[in-house]
This record gives sequence, structure tokens and C-alpha cells, in this order.
Amino acid sequence: MSEDFVRIEGVSKAFGSGAPALDQISAAIKGGEITGLVGPDGAGKTTLIRLMTGLLLPDAGTLTVLGFDTRREAARIQAAIGYMPQRFGLYEDLSVQENLDLYADLRGLPQVERAQVFDELLSFTDLKRFTQRLAGKLSGGMKQKLGLACALLKKPRLLLLDEPGVGVDPISRRELWKMVKDLTSEGIGVVWSTAYLDEAEACTSVLLLNQGKLLFTGPPAELTRRVDGRVFKVTGIEGRRRPLLASLLDRPGVLDGVIQGEAIRIVTEPGARQDVLREGEGTKVNPAPPRFEDAFVDLLGGGPGGRSKLAEATQTQADADTHVIEARGLTKRFGDFTAAQDITFDIKRGEIFGLLGPNGAGKSTTFKMLCGLLKPTAGEGRVAGFDLRRDTAEARNRLGYMAQKFSLYGDLSVAQNLDFFAGVYGLKGQHRRDKIKLVTDIFDFARYANQSAKDLPLGHKQRLALACAVMHEPEALFLDEPTSGVDPITRREFWTHINGLVEKGVTILVTTHFMDEAEYCDRISLIFRGKSIALGSPDELKARVASADNPDPTMEDAFIALVEGSEKEAA
Amino acid sequence: MKSDGSHRVFSFSRLREKGKCRKKITDGGRMSASLRRLSALVRKETYQILRDPSSILIAFVLPLILLFLFGYGVSLDATRTRLGVAVEEMTPLTQDLAASFQASRYFEVKMGRDRRDFEEALVVGEVRGIVVIPQTFTSDFTTHSHPQIQVIVDGTDPNTASFVQNYVQGVVATWMRQRASETQAEPPGINVEQRFWFNPELTSRNFLVPGSIAIVMTLIGTLLTALVVAREWERGTMEAMMATPVTAAELLAGKILPYFILAITSMTLCVLVAVFLFGVPFRGSLLALYAISAAFLLPALGQGLLISAATRNQFLASQLALLSAFLPAFLLSGFLFEIGSMPTIIQWISAIVPARYLIPSLQTVFLAGDIWPLLLRNIAIMLLAGVVFLGLAARSTRKRLA
Repeated sequence: MSEDFVRIEGVSKAFGSGAPALDQISAAIKGGEITGLVGPDGAGKTTLIRLMTGLLLPDAGTLTVLGFDTRREAARIQAAIGYMPQRFGLYEDLSVQENLDLYADLRGLPQVERAQVFDELLSFTDLKRFTQRLAGKLSGGMKQKLGLACALLKKPRLLLLDEPGVGVDPISRRELWKMVKDLTSEGIGVVWSTAYLDEAEACTSVLLLNQGKLLFTGPPAELTRRVDGRVFKVTGIEGRRRPLLASLLDRPGVLDGVIQGEAIRIVTEPGARQDVLREGEGTKVNPAPPRFEDAFVDLLGGGPGGRSKLAEATQTQADADTHVIEARGLTKRFGDFTAAQDITFDIKRGEIFGLLGPNGAGKSTTFKMLCGLLKPTAGEGRVAGFDLRRDTAEARNRLGYMAQKFSLYGDLSVAQNLDFFAGVYGLKGQHRRDKIKLVTDIFDFARYANQSAKDLPLGHKQRLALACAVMHEPEALFLDEPTSGVDPITRREFWTHINGLVEKGVTILVTTHFMDEAEYCDRISLIFRGKSIALGSPDELKARVASADNPDPTMEDAFIALVEGSEKEAA
Repeated sequence: MKSDGSHRVFSFSRLREKGKCRKKITDGGRMSASLRRLSALVRKETYQILRDPSSILIAFVLPLILLFLFGYGVSLDATRTRLGVAVEEMTPLTQDLAASFQASRYFEVKMGRDRRDFEEALVVGEVRGIVVIPQTFTSDFTTHSHPQIQVIVDGTDPNTASFVQNYVQGVVATWMRQRASETQAEPPGINVEQRFWFNPELTSRNFLVPGSIAIVMTLIGTLLTALVVAREWERGTMEAMMATPVTAAELLAGKILPYFILAITSMTLCVLVAVFLFGVPFRGSLLALYAISAAFLLPALGQGLLISAATRNQFLASQLALLSAFLPAFLLSGFLFEIGSMPTIIQWISAIVPARYLIPSLQTVFLAGDIWPLLLRNIAIMLLAGVVFLGLAARSTRKRLA
């Protein structure tokens, strides 16, 4: 099984005049295993997959797929591969069966084999009950399975999957993974691209991309080995853990650190002594198994420090032990579809509360009801004591909102965006100029002041979006999928600011489908199919599902077990 | 001879085998695999058309709206236009003339003694025109010394103005003839142009309805096709499709066939409505009708495919289709404006608008019959344009994403 299915030699590809999407990539992909194409958004994953299909041609270098050159023999490659693009590439107005028929014809599946192949694939993907349903009416997970079925109709030798795990709930994601894993035992080569670093860990081999450059290629364990013995978990922390994280990050020898439930996860620099982490009496420091993400951060030269200049410039809010955000039986129906049902929780001042769930579960609906963008069908929401129905304007003035994919005006410059959002949030005169100056200094926007927001690198866009949301010093900050698709360094910088703001008494409501990110929260609510199926601190939720088989479950394990539990209850 | 035959068969099958991919042998040859892909694409497109309300809207509802608009709404119809009639001298003669205005079914008449009674009303649009029958009218009439009446119209609305003018002339002419038959005498030449035969309502409809069928085919052929292909790019279905063994030619044919049939169906519906509802005469043959329609659809579809391949974006595609196909079909085709009266350079530009050749052909088939020399010439030009557009579309629809 050592034959190279894909050989990539010195491949570069640029679009327009900017930095190249891919820069001098050389790697090989083997059959009979899952190769992860790993990296944040904009790393070049999709471009590389499209190059493999022959739908794009490289500017320099060559790609050989299954022995065929992509420049000259694209048709032969396309006859032998299965490709699932990132966006659902099937026809939403055709039924499951019609989509299968279409692709069977396009791929030339002989008539005599069809009944058997369809039967196999439909059982394999568990779509048998839905053959007459329009593809557009399938859930995210079912769509991906149908896409996989269509790509597998005529057994491909190489299967290219572009971010198949996006928009899919963790249960379907695991099923999908298992299906693909089964295929590799038949000798099929699989390329699975992902921004999730936990998915990378499960691959046989990975290509780690960042900003168009190949950082690493090989088995993921080989990469994590570089941080062996440098990863520690700090537990038994007395007092608040976020200031401790900030202080640890600024100590010499500490490379990276994140909150992980009640604990702190630390990566030290090579050769650093463990006692640099020593803290009070009860605090314990134990070695932890390294993760892919630890190694990625190490490869990128370590995370940012623990100081947030933004938080330092923010005034401490009265430390009254009040509930800043309250949701009482929030329900939203669209026609006969219940997007959110009876969602109830309170968030204390200075708490980070997470809504965790797959796309389409109802997180964003709940979120929008709480910031007054959607009117609930039933129930009520309050922000800083103001009822969102009656005192919408007062409530909104007390919250800051940072939306999924950053609601900046792409055609306005950085300075214009700041000025606009300061105005929208009612900052005036000298105060407004001071605030804009302050965030410009903190985030070093001066260099980019006249550049259009849409041309900024992802990390800078995120800084700008955060700055726009906090200039008016809101009591509550709403973050909708704030770090999906960004690289781990940018994500850490972002959370450093959030952690700092929380210490100043800002209350955070965050939605995420990243299981890791959920562990940065104080408490989370698991949202699944419109309902909150569990609420508690990350450690509590994990403890709830711990068993003899799995004494230290991950957040994803917890999620899956809790969903299955709630389904059993409902049945 | 027998052995010769079997030898031939053998070498033929060997040739076939050499010319195609190994893996397709089991599928019974390249041709049938390609045909099967094409029929799968056509079937898919048909399902989509039938299930997508917007394609039904563009293919059937919009054409009917257009047809009714040109059949009824835009017929140059001046029924019940408000008119002021100022009779400056009351005599039996002037009263008789004024009465014939009141009797006209085209006017709603207000009577007055002075044109100033109506000046204000004309300004604010309460009346669309003023007819002044001057003091000198009766005396001039009786002495046969060129009696005159004055028509004042609102020049800011030239269409209405010219209708009013024409109808006034019509009314006067009728009145004159009546008087002539009553008095058995030659009428004195009143200074109005004889336009009684001019019946804008009927003529305009007979010209506009066939013309609007051309607009309908432009809508389906270019706009709808451009939209649906651009939609496939936007939704990512094109990308998934391109990574299969399907060829660019099959993709194009898979779009052309269903929309060709859709446009022909819609055209047939429009012709039925035109003939049976609007009573537009149909003097040519169905063969000629379908021949010119089919010839026109090639450049129209080719243009639609070219636009979508170039833009890959529904919004841009619709803008481009409207600007490059729909508006020229309206303005530069002789549909609304006479090409002969356009500036020379615009006439040249109109030469590359395919609708320019369809509209006269349609009008000929409807109103005059099969005048083959004219039709064949237009068909030839449209086919040529079709080859150019389809060629460009094929060139730009390579199996590449960028």
C-alpha cells in the first residue's frame, strides 16, 4: 500500500495579485488511508483539493493523481475519483433518489449493478427511509451522507472530501468518519480536509497548511511528538483561573496556555523547567497527553502573551452579583418548525456562557432573540435588567454584538468602520474620538487605517470586529461563532481579550460548534434540535457521562452521550 | 465473402476499442455513455424547471402578462380621452360640429365658450386637449374660404397629444362626410388631414403581439438560461458536476435542449393566445413559424450560456442579460421604433441584435404569409449568429473553475 495516489511537486497557485493561495507545496498522498488536509480558513485547503480534481491548474509545479497529470489528463482523473465539494454540490430540488440516478448516469454506473449499489449505499448512509425526500429538506448530516453516497456510486480509487465535517452535528460527523474509514480498508485513498484539529489527530497522515504554506506532512503523532513532555494540566486552582492563565502566559518558558474547564492547559518551551508553573498550595501541575493543536501552536512559534491591553483600558463594572442576561422559556417558531423551544438560563455578571451545538440546532435563533433581533414566539429575555420586548433600545445599548463572519462593512476602511460603529452605538464628540484612538492604539490599526476591511487578513478582521463591538463598553458581549475557521494563534489572542474583559465584569454569551472552545466557558448549554438538552459547567457535563470505559471523556463524547440520552428519554 | 465480413467486424470493434477509455467498454461504447449522461442532464433540468416556480413564472406567466400588456394595455387606444371644446360663436353649424365631438366614443367632452375656460384644465391634465371652433368658422364654412379649427394639445405627453390630434381629425372628417351626404354637396375643404382610415387600435395590436412573442423568446432563451446556469455556479452544483466524467459539450447540450423546448412551448402558447384571443391574423405556415423560432433560439440560448459562463453570478447574469438581450430586443429590433429612422451608427449596432431578424420574420408570417426569400435570409443570419454565440459559449465553458 505504499503507492502514491497523489504526488504534489513544487505546486504554487495564486489568485489575483495578493499572497499566493499555495506556495511551493510538495507532498504525497497514499491509498488505503485517510489523509487530513488541515489548516484554518484561507490556508489553501480547497485550492489544493481543486487542483487535485483537475478543475484548477497550478501556476507552477505538477500534480499527478492516480498516475495521471492534472494538466493533460484531467478527464481520466475525473473518471476515477469521487469529489465532494465544500458546499453541498447536489441538487436541492431533486429527491435523494433522483440525485443518485443523475450521478449514476453521469458516472456511467451500469444499469445491472444499480439496484445493488443503491441498496448498499442507502443502507450504508442510513438514507433508505428518505429516498423520496428532496435533498434540500435533509438535515446537514444527511446532506453530507448523500453527497458521500453520490461520490461513491462508481467506486472511486481516490475520494476527495472538502470539509465534510462542517455544518454537521457531532454524531453524524462520527458516523461519516466511520464510513470513510471503512472505505480505506478496501484500498481507497481518502483526502479529508478540515479546520478542526481534533479531526486531524484521527487521520493516518496529515498535510498541515497555513497561509498557503505546508508546515508539516506526516503522521499526526509525529507532529505532536515535538511537544512531548511539555504539556501540563494545572488543576486545583484557588480563586479565579483566568487571571492565573494570564500570569502564567507571561512567565518565561511558557509557550501556550488555554482554559480547559476548571483547569488550565499549558505548553512550555523546550528546556523550560516545570516549576515555572508552580502556584499556591492546592494547585497541582500534572503532565498531560499532547494534542495536535499544542503542536500546531508550537510550530507557529507559540501563542500570544496573557495581557489584554483592551481589558486594561476597560473600566471595571460594579461587581454586583446580578444576572445580566436572562432567558425565560424562549421559544421561536417559524411556521410549523420550532427553531428554539423553551430555552431558559441566567448568566451572572462576569461569566462566560456558551451555547454549544451543531449548525441549525437553534443556537443562533436563541442568540438573536436575546439581542433583540428576533421576536420570540413565547417567553422573555432580559439584558441588564431591561426587557427585550419593551425596552429594546435600552437593552441594545448595553450589549455589544460580534456576528459570525464579522458584520463589518467590507468596502469601508478600517477607520471608517470604527467611526461608523462608534456612531451607531451612540458615542459622541471628544469621547468618541478618544475611544477610537484608544482601540486604534491597542490593536495597532494605524498601519491599516485606510485599507478596506474586506482586504484585511482574517486575524485583523477579527480584531476590528471585536473593537467595533466593545468601543461603547457594553455590559454584555454577544459573540456568534467568533473564532470559527481562524488559526489557533488568532483564536488565542481573541480569547485573551475576552478573558480580560470578563475579569472586568463584562458578561459574555458565545455560540460555538467547536467542542474545544466550549471548554473556555464557565457554563454551557447544549442545544440540539431546538432544545437545551443539558446545562452545566464543562467539567460537570463531562463528569456526567464518564464511565469505566471512558473515564476522561472529551467534550464531544459528552455531547454525543447527552444527545443519545435525551433521545432515549424522548422515545 | 463470409470470412471477409467477419474480418471487418473484428477490425471495426478493435478500432472502437482503441479509440476510447478502457473502463467504458463495459458500458457499451462511448456514444451511448455520452447519450446517457446527456439524457440524465436533460431529465434533471426538466425536474428542476417543473419544480421551480420562478422558471414557470418566466416561461409562462411573464409571457402572458407581456402579451396582454401589448394586446390591451399598450394598444394605441384613446377611448374616452377628456377633451375641452370651445365654441366661440354659437350657430347651428358649430353646435352640430360640437355635438359630433360629444357623440364620439373616443372623447369625454366638456363644452365652453372660450379657450381660456380650459387652459388651466389642460395644464393640470383634467383635459388632454382643447378644440377651438373660432368665430370665423361658420362664415368661412359657408363661403368656402378655408374654415379652420384649432387643436391644442399637451406636448409633454407626445403620445396622447398625437392621439388627440388624430382623433380630432377623424371626428372632423366624419362630420364633413355626413354633412356632405346630407346636403348632397361637395364639402368645402376644411383644413384637416384625412386620417379617418387610421385605426391605431387594430394595427398596433397586430404588430405588437408578434413582436412581443420575440421578446418572450429572448426572456426564456437568454435571461432564464443565463440565470439557471449562473445558479449552478453559485450553489456549487456545477463544481460537483465538473468533477465527474461529464464533458463540457454535454453540459452545454444538457442546458440547451430543455430550454429550447421550453421556449418553443411558451412561443406556441403565445401564438395560440395571439390568434384565438386577440384575433391577430396568421397568414403563414406553422413550418415557417417554427423554423424562424428555432433559428432565433440558437443565438438566444448561446448568448445566455455565454453570459452565465462569464459571470457565474445570478445578479450579474440577469443584469447583463437584460442589457445585452432584453433591451436591444425591445429598442433596437424594430419592435417599438422604426430601425430606418435611427441614426446610422445605431442601425449598424442593431444589425447584430438577433431579435431584429426575428421580429420582421414573425410579423411577416403573421400578417403577410410565407415570404420565403425574406424568411430564409433572416434564418440564415440568425443561424450564423447562433454559431458564433454557441461557439463562444463552448469556448468559455471549459471544465475549469478559474
